[in-house]
Amino acid sequence: MPDPPLLALHGVCKRFGAVQVLTDVDLEVRSGQVVALLGDNGAGKSTLVKVIAGVAPADAGLVEWEGQEVQLKRPHDARSLGIATVYQDLALCGNLDIVANLFLGREAGKFGLLDEVEMERRSRELLALVWPGHPEPRTPVVSLSSGQRQMVAIARSLLGRPRVLLLDEPTASLGVSQAAKVLELVDELRERGLGVLLISHNMGDVKALADRAAVLRLGRNNGFFDVNTTPQEQIISSITGATDNAVPHRTTHRGARW
Amino acid sequence: MVNDARRTRQDAAEPGRAPRARAWAATAGRRLRGGELGAFPVVLLLAATWTVFEILNRNFLSPRNLSDLSVDIVGTGLIAVGVVFVLLIGEIDLSVGSVSGLAAAVFAVLNVQNGVPEWLALVAAVLVGTAVGALQGFSFARTGVPAFVVTLAGLLAWNGVMLYVLGTSGTIDLDADGLVAKLTSYSFTAPGAAYGAAAAGVGLLLLASWRARLRRRAAGMPYRSYQEITARTGVFAVIAFAAAYVLNRFHGLPLALLLFLVVVAALDVVLQRTRYGRQIHALGGDVEAARRAGVKVVWVRTSVLAVSGTMSAIGGLFLASRITSVSQSSGTGVLLLNAIAAAVIGGTSLFGGRGRTWSAALGILVIQSIASGMALTSTPVAVQLVITGGVLFAAAVIDAVARRSQQAHGRA
Repeated sequence: MPDPPLLALHGVCKRFGAVQVLTDVDLEVRSGQVVALLGDNGAGKSTLVKVIAGVAPADAGLVEWEGQEVQLKRPHDARSLGIATVYQDLALCGNLDIVANLFLGREAGKFGLLDEVEMERRSRELLALVWPGHPEPRTPVVSLSSGQRQMVAIARSLLGRPRVLLLDEPTASLGVSQAAKVLELVDELRERGLGVLLISHNMGDVKALADRAAVLRLGRNNGFFDVNTTPQEQIISSITGATDNAVPHRTTHRGARW
Repeated sequence: MVNDARRTRQDAAEPGRAPRARAWAATAGRRLRGGELGAFPVVLLLAATWTVFEILNRNFLSPRNLSDLSVDIVGTGLIAVGVVFVLLIGEIDLSVGSVSGLAAAVFAVLNVQNGVPEWLALVAAVLVGTAVGALQGFSFARTGVPAFVVTLAGLLAWNGVMLYVLGTSGTIDLDADGLVAKLTSYSFTAPGAAYGAAAAGVGLLLLASWRARLRRRAAGMPYRSYQEITARTGVFAVIAFAAAYVLNRFHGLPLALLLFLVVVAALDVVLQRTRYGRQIHALGGDVEAARRAGVKVVWVRTSVLAVSGTMSAIGGLFLASRITSVSQSSGTGVLLLNAIAAAVIGGTSLFGGRGRTWSAALGILVIQSIASGMALTSTPVAVQLVITGGVLFAAAVIDAVARRSQQAHGRA
């Protein structure tokens, strides 16, 4: 019997007011695997990320972590499992410096007092590892360029040694060389055994990096593909809805349900 | 480690060329250019105000006037410190004046009219402020109605409640020898008290700088050079001991000033060095980012307005203490505007996320200096209002420009 996936979602539903954003969504992320989450604008990709991150808990459905059912009701739940998120809008506080942003919500220290020295030391360590040529860690984020902010957001996600990384459009605001660096980093994280859920509009990135692709259309699953063997046209038509019937395109993989 | 030691020795031998000293200087330069002005404008403003009034009237910088000034700032200053909390999360509290009046009225009615022991009445009055603030905070956090509107309603409602509490009595005189009266009338006359307080402040600053230096050095991170620590502590020591000297030439160290400084310092630690303070700053930076990082937004917003209500109540008691009476006009008039102006003049951003309690203390010092100078030179109130308004406007402009410069810096 194969290992259960790190993270598995079954029948997840999410509604915002009158709008049903996600209906019966299934998803699996395995260790050492990059799963691309694809879909047109408004397909529910970012919402699914927020569901997994515990920011916008699902209304219905089952979430399993290594085969065990878990509750993702608060950002803290996801973080303590080892799920880290880089949001599309980065979710950084411009008035705080890089160190404070890296540690926001999990500050080091005792009795509610901050241990700034410890936080700065660990920040320097982390930045040296993942971001060559990073700015001074005490620089306020408001004075960074958008590419630098993106790197801060990515560095923050890596701080707690996560096991699953959710990346919402990580290269959208980056220049060519910076984007390449981020993709290299993602590749390296996969080698280290992280599960990565990558949202991207860039089919080039997806082709280059992802092992599998899950397509969302209008808030529902619209096909799971093996990126290496499926023609790109087929994935794209699944995204745009040219082929609404996704079932024939399903590939079997390790006997899992997809 | 070896390398470190060598560089430290270089530090001592050639301060001008030491790499770390240069790094710190570069950081300071970058901060100024990036729009992080800190307390710089308000200190400049204070120096200008004092110079002008001293030229106009030789009594302005007299020990007596400065002593009075140091007590006059306390009531409104405490309220302004609470306002800093609210401004930090990007909101505003317009009810601080009314809440301060209400708390003073509660104290007076309980103690003077109903014979409740003074300490109990005092605690009750402060708790009324906390409760009122928490109620406003919760309404704002839960309903999403801007704090501006909630506290505007509070401004009217709490003033109404105060008038109801005072009833027909109109003005209530406080016990002139009581605890609350002593808050602003008592001074530590022994010269050692003022000097001791100054020495304690200098010692604490030195200790904190020293400890930070040791820890940062042990962690292999840039740290302050001896020269910088000496310079910082030295400047602070000169100011502290000069203030102590001046106070001792009149009645010594006023109790009110000591309490004010302790509260300002303690709340500065809360804002700068605790997780709670970090959450407040985060909320002022980006509410959604804070929420996703796990900050309990409703709780922080509620508690921040509760802090502001509490500080208003305490400030209101000091204001009542100064005139040893509570009347229907308590907490009305320019008090609210002065408290908010003090915070803003001191450099607290109206856009949220930037501000220190110290800056509010400096801000109220500027405002009270203008008031005091105007009184000494018998300038009409009309002119005083126009000038305070002008200073507030200038501070708001500096705030907006600094913010824009920060963002422009980011785009470069």
